[in-house]
Amino acid sequence: MNILVFIERRDGAIKKPSLEAAKAASNIAGSTVTAVALGSDASDLDKLGGYGISKTLHVNDAQLDAYSTTAYAKAIAEAANASGSDTVFIAATAMGKDLAPRLAVKLDGAVAPDVTAITEEGGDLIATRPIYAGKAIETVKVTAAKKVFSLRPNVFNIGEVSEADSPVETLSVSFSDADFAVKATGTSISTDKLDVAEATAIVSGGRGMQGPENWNLIEDLAGVLDAATGASRAVVDADWRPHAEQVGQTGKTVSPTLYIACGISGAVQHLAGMSSSKCIVAINKDKDAPIFQVADYGIVGDVFEILPALTQELKQFLGK
Amino acid sequence: MNIFACVSHVPDTTTKVKVGADEKQIDQEGVTYILNPYDEFGVETALQLQEQHGGEVTVVCLGPDVVKETIRKGLAMGAEKGIHIKDDTVRDSYGTAKAIASALKDKSPDVVVCGRQSIDYDGWQMASLLGEMLSIPSISVVSKLEIADGAVKAERDIEGGKETVETTLPVVVSVQKGIYSPRYPKLQGIMKAKKKPIEEVTPEPWENRVEVTKLEKPPVKSAGKIVGEDASAAKELVRLLHEEAKVI
Repeated sequence: MNILVFIERRDGAIKKPSLEAAKAASNIAGSTVTAVALGSDASDLDKLGGYGISKTLHVNDAQLDAYSTTAYAKAIAEAANASGSDTVFIAATAMGKDLAPRLAVKLDGAVAPDVTAITEEGGDLIATRPIYAGKAIETVKVTAAKKVFSLRPNVFNIGEVSEADSPVETLSVSFSDADFAVKATGTSISTDKLDVAEATAIVSGGRGMQGPENWNLIEDLAGVLDAATGASRAVVDADWRPHAEQVGQTGKTVSPTLYIACGISGAVQHLAGMSSSKCIVAINKDKDAPIFQVADYGIVGDVFEILPALTQELKQFLGK
Repeated sequence: MNIFACVSHVPDTTTKVKVGADEKQIDQEGVTYILNPYDEFGVETALQLQEQHGGEVTVVCLGPDVVKETIRKGLAMGAEKGIHIKDDTVRDSYGTAKAIASALKDKSPDVVVCGRQSIDYDGWQMASLLGEMLSIPSISVVSKLEIADGAVKAERDIEGGKETVETTLPVVVSVQKGIYSPRYPKLQGIMKAKKKPIEEVTPEPWENRVEVTKLEKPPVKSAGKIVGEDASAAKELVRLLHEEAKVI
């Protein structure tokens, strides 16, 4: 089975979820995996061999240095055809979620979006994906000839990376102005803050934090763990925290290695968004709070006493 | 400006999902349906555009007769009319987009607005599917939208920040919380909505391209251990995270 993996880059760096997608593709039995990278930067593309990529098609065109949904979809579709790949894996990032459906229409195929597992069964790829924000899991098979899978970040393990380099070939794609009908003209990314959707650890706060002025306790703990800060819907609705931090059914669905819920009671919508985290810690003064039902470890008590103590213990333990 | 707001009829967020007897769909018993929360932002965005630029807003929804209720919610918010794409089957996202694109293609849309995702199937696909099918630009997960003289400038959420995207009309956008707060329908709006026209459209039959082979509940996590009841538990928690859970 030939699989094409789209390699997403921002500011020259290959995004980790794309490496996860490359590894997931190469883990499929009998797969030959080609990567496609867009833009004028060729650095590190040979290193993709370490992630199971057999070769990389590089559409070396400076017009692609900025994201364009229309031009990117065209370039990836041409790479799929050039590599004889009926299957394309894309990381389900903001860019990947935007691209995958356009690509599927160009290929006259279909997308299985935001999948959390893919296995090969009798020549078919079978994927599972959480729906209803994780309250149910569906198993799906794409029956169209051309299949696009977008893979949820932070779920597929990269595992061991080999030292093997792989060849990089230039793929020429000719673009017209119309292909750049939609174009990103700028980004503003706060470099000092991790996004909950990308973080491997998240410290989240809820109403039990009693007010935005107490968020230093959340931020201190997050700082020690290199974690992102998250929030419950209640505190986002109360304007204590920005919506980008909201975890749950109408916010972001996250699967970090460690999720620490502080003063969050655990509404069903919140639990749906975080219960697939590998390890969940709950700190709440109400011992009957639903959050304890999904927590691996709980401390029943006052967040204002426990958070500083936990930050201190972790600082010592991690030597920070 | 000819504006279309695509909406989805979805189970309420408080629904405790149960797997149905066919193990492919959820059990419908006791499930209340609502206008998809992200599509409320979509209808509001459409109405704001209408207030800024004139024209009219049409609410579009695909599904069986019952989805008319959801169309009426959009009409109660202030849209002029509806299009009900009547379909009693369970369509995949591609088939849904195909039916909507086919209903809209001869209606010269200037702006098509959707929510960033429906909260049932969580596909996040509609804007890009519709854009490609209608051969027009699309921008997904938009939290700020400015349209002037046919030029479109939007901010979309990306990891850790925002991306500014520019294009021209016509355009499909999917919107995100943060764009405009949805208005509550007033009683008068609800009364008026009952008399607003809903055009019924029959879509071409569709053979799904994504087949659901099984639906199940996620593995139940058993409640873990209570490590302690005060600050003295912090040390033990750190030990457990390191030695037992091996996450630090």
